[in-house]
Amino acid sequence: MRILPFISSTLATVGLVVLLNIQLPIGAIKSPRLGYFLSPQHGFWKNAEKVNANFDASIVAGELKGNVDVYMDERLVPHIYADNDQDAYFVQGFLHAKFRFWQMDFQTRAASGRLSEVLGSKTLVSDRKFRRLGMVYGAEETEKYINEHNPEMKATVDAYTAGVNAYLKQLSPADLPFEYKLLNYEPEQWTPKKTYLFLMLMSYDLTGRASVADLQLTNTRDYLGYDLFEKMYTNQQDSLDPIIPKGTAFASPSIKPFTPISADSAYLKKNNSNAATLVDGATPEAPDKNNGSNNWAVSGSKTKSGRPILCSDPHLGLNLPSLWYEMQITTPTHSTYGASFPGSPAVIIGFNDNIAWGVTNAGRDVLDFYELKFKDNTQKEYLLNGTWTPTTNRQELIKVKDSADVVENIAMTYWGPTMYDSHFKDEQSKGRNLAVRWTGHNASTGVETFYKLNRAKNFDDYLAAISLWKCPGQNFVFASKTGDIAIKQQGSFVARWNRQGDFIMPGIDKSYDWQGFIPNEENPFMMNPARGFVSSANQKAVDSTYPYYLGTAASFPLYRGISVNKRLDTMTNITVANMQALQTSNYNVFAEVARPALNKFIDPNILSTNAKRMVREMNNWDFNNNGNSKGTTAFKIIWDSVEQAVWGDELAGSSIPLTKPEAYVLVDQMNKDSNFSVADDIRTKGKVETLKEQVNLGVEKATKKLMELEKENKLEWSKYKATRVLHLTKTPELSRMDLPIGGGVNIVNATTENHGPSWRMVVHLTDEIEAYGLYPGGQSGNPGSPYYDSFIDKWAAGEYYRLLFLPKAKLLENKFAKWHIQFKKA
Amino acid sequence: MKSNKQVYIKFITVTLLSALLTYAVGIYGKLPWWSFVPANFLLSIAIVQKPWRAFLSGAMGVGLLWLALTLMIDQQNNHILSTKVASIFKLKGAYNILITVTFIIGFLLGGLSSLTGSFIRKEK
Repeated sequence: MRILPFISSTLATVGLVVLLNIQLPIGAIKSPRLGYFLSPQHGFWKNAEKVNANFDASIVAGELKGNVDVYMDERLVPHIYADNDQDAYFVQGFLHAKFRFWQMDFQTRAASGRLSEVLGSKTLVSDRKFRRLGMVYGAEETEKYINEHNPEMKATVDAYTAGVNAYLKQLSPADLPFEYKLLNYEPEQWTPKKTYLFLMLMSYDLTGRASVADLQLTNTRDYLGYDLFEKMYTNQQDSLDPIIPKGTAFASPSIKPFTPISADSAYLKKNNSNAATLVDGATPEAPDKNNGSNNWAVSGSKTKSGRPILCSDPHLGLNLPSLWYEMQITTPTHSTYGASFPGSPAVIIGFNDNIAWGVTNAGRDVLDFYELKFKDNTQKEYLLNGTWTPTTNRQELIKVKDSADVVENIAMTYWGPTMYDSHFKDEQSKGRNLAVRWTGHNASTGVETFYKLNRAKNFDDYLAAISLWKCPGQNFVFASKTGDIAIKQQGSFVARWNRQGDFIMPGIDKSYDWQGFIPNEENPFMMNPARGFVSSANQKAVDSTYPYYLGTAASFPLYRGISVNKRLDTMTNITVANMQALQTSNYNVFAEVARPALNKFIDPNILSTNAKRMVREMNNWDFNNNGNSKGTTAFKIIWDSVEQAVWGDELAGSSIPLTKPEAYVLVDQMNKDSNFSVADDIRTKGKVETLKEQVNLGVEKATKKLMELEKENKLEWSKYKATRVLHLTKTPELSRMDLPIGGGVNIVNATTENHGPSWRMVVHLTDEIEAYGLYPGGQSGNPGSPYYDSFIDKWAAGEYYRLLFLPKAKLLENKFAKWHIQFKKA
Repeated sequence: MKSNKQVYIKFITVTLLSALLTYAVGIYGKLPWWSFVPANFLLSIAIVQKPWRAFLSGAMGVGLLWLALTLMIDQQNNHILSTKVASIFKLKGAYNILITVTFIIGFLLGGLSSLTGSFIRKEK
């Protein structure tokens, strides 16, 4: 043996293996283990799917009661034909896992504040936030409730869970989803609790904005003082076209919420005009303000066929893998098609043999903060109605990769968990002790609503199904083959007094408590109206004659609803193509109001040559936010700049970001042509700026920006907006960037930078249902599959797929079944 | 002394065995990705060659196996994933570089593990 060469060669070999077996730091992130990642038998190469892959398979599972046939069509949409319901949900779980497991695992990790466990300390703030907000607490409440009171749902979720885990059991390590290899961690077994955590994430996404907005609004009011605040953040929406038409009479309320006596001074702080003391901290993350949606149904009286058409397009963050997974589920009890959530059983938005349904977000305020007074730093007692009241301690352990564990001690109070305190603070909470109360914490059988909608045969079934729905509040639209259309805003809604919960409420006084939930029968509702359509687009559901307060107007976008209703009102002989055109319409009804308002104040005589050119660009525009339009960009930047000129000075002195007033406030003021005092730049002493001066100043500033864009060749709307569908890790290389698509805020085609119609569906309720749809993604979650992003181009172009909703025999007869996955009982 | 032809045949045989063994221990990814390292080490003890020949057998055995597998996979995938990964690694989507790097890693580790084994026993 040659000792020296042996030793050096051993060292070189082992050294290289070790180097290739650890994650190397690249800046702030870490590389995958390169040897593993690049190994053609272990690493990412195994995820490079054959472009002509064969998805045929035969699976034997002991959990099945019968056999299940799954046919995949050419878009990789599975059509499940099962002998019984539980087997169908088992297979649904299996397929979700097969095509989307990493995403399911990742999203529930995020929801339960467990990202740091695999990603390290960079996600610790978001993990702590979710723990303290009570995400795990809420999921536990639901799990406990369903296990004790709802055997049918328990069986459903259990079957789904078993299906997910059956997939994991037969998954070979070489075939782990790509992201596990990239980020270097291992999958975990699915549990029913994870399904409930996923639904908590949806509740957060659709109602959780208040977890930041309430604090921001409180700070904004404290900064400006109540009077100026009321002017800039008025809840008055003059042009509102509510979901339930104005003038509809409401029954007298069963709860009459009374305003606490101390509200003016202790809560609204009407006398305060002092700026608050500000502290530093990280900018908090919150769900997107534009989370919303459109849905509508037109009755046979307005359609060419004489049958209803139902449309639904939920606007959410645009992600890859998509939130949605398309499928058909057919069992002896029902046959349903639509978009499902990987992570949850049943179809969420879709249709069956008899009815179709869709949802939009209600936007109602169901999350409030109460400021606590603790006796001391131990947080063991807090003051409530003059009595020191004990808290209970809830501990949450956060494991952190490459770092010590973190323990969150959360003081549980009468109001709910103490989310913010001196241990967990940011620039908006400012170290205040704030307990959060949220309907998301309450046990909920949300799964059951979808389970029952999947099986609903008529209007009564629909109403019974949605009556169970609690959080997040939704507008459920409905249409049936028998010709009924309806819409109902449903959820657990707090019976609020005016402005209750918009700001942080005093937590020492129970008179600020929620005084009850509005009974389901009093929720906004409409069926088969004479006008022949029902619709919603996240606007306020009702006018001011409704006996309960809904929440700040900022939660209710105004213009999309006006757009939809205006079009539906005048349309007759409606076809599916008309509905698709409306769903993808780029018409900017806000600009239709705002441009003339701007022009009232724009004075070409005092503008520079370039500014005049840009104003012309804006004025020659046809109000369509089309991808290739330059006028859209000119309008958008001029408007933003004018808003900045008018509001900027009022908000500029604050060291923390304050809420910007809603666009309609300025438009309404400009149109009224009143002597608008807020226009004055309060920073210039001894000079009073008029609205006209501020508008023209704004135009000049906008021109500078527009000229820069012109130089970069980014003046076209789609180039400026640069819509992208982002991978959940935000890795651009796994995303689709710079899509050629128009639309925007206030537009029916609500596509902004990273947000928009996440599933477009049009269902014509003819004898044999005629449905169209697609989502910006693809059926496979694997970035190495051609099916990863296969719908995106068609989605961007505003086109649709015909959805194949057929009984087994017909599917086979028409040769739509490209692949066959057979599930056999053991 | 062995004839050149015998040496040549032995070299080819070990190279093929190395590739085969590497493939076998990598199947389904059940064993750690570096399992071919001890496997080639043992192979090179079992069938002794001169150190530089041992290196080359292991290097070619593993390297070419990895290259062949990678090229085949990448071809059938139309470079979809390799282009994305090459972009993540700031290689501007140049999947050929990624394939080359994969080959080099296999080549080096296969070579080094066989070289190490070759120092244990002397060729008779």
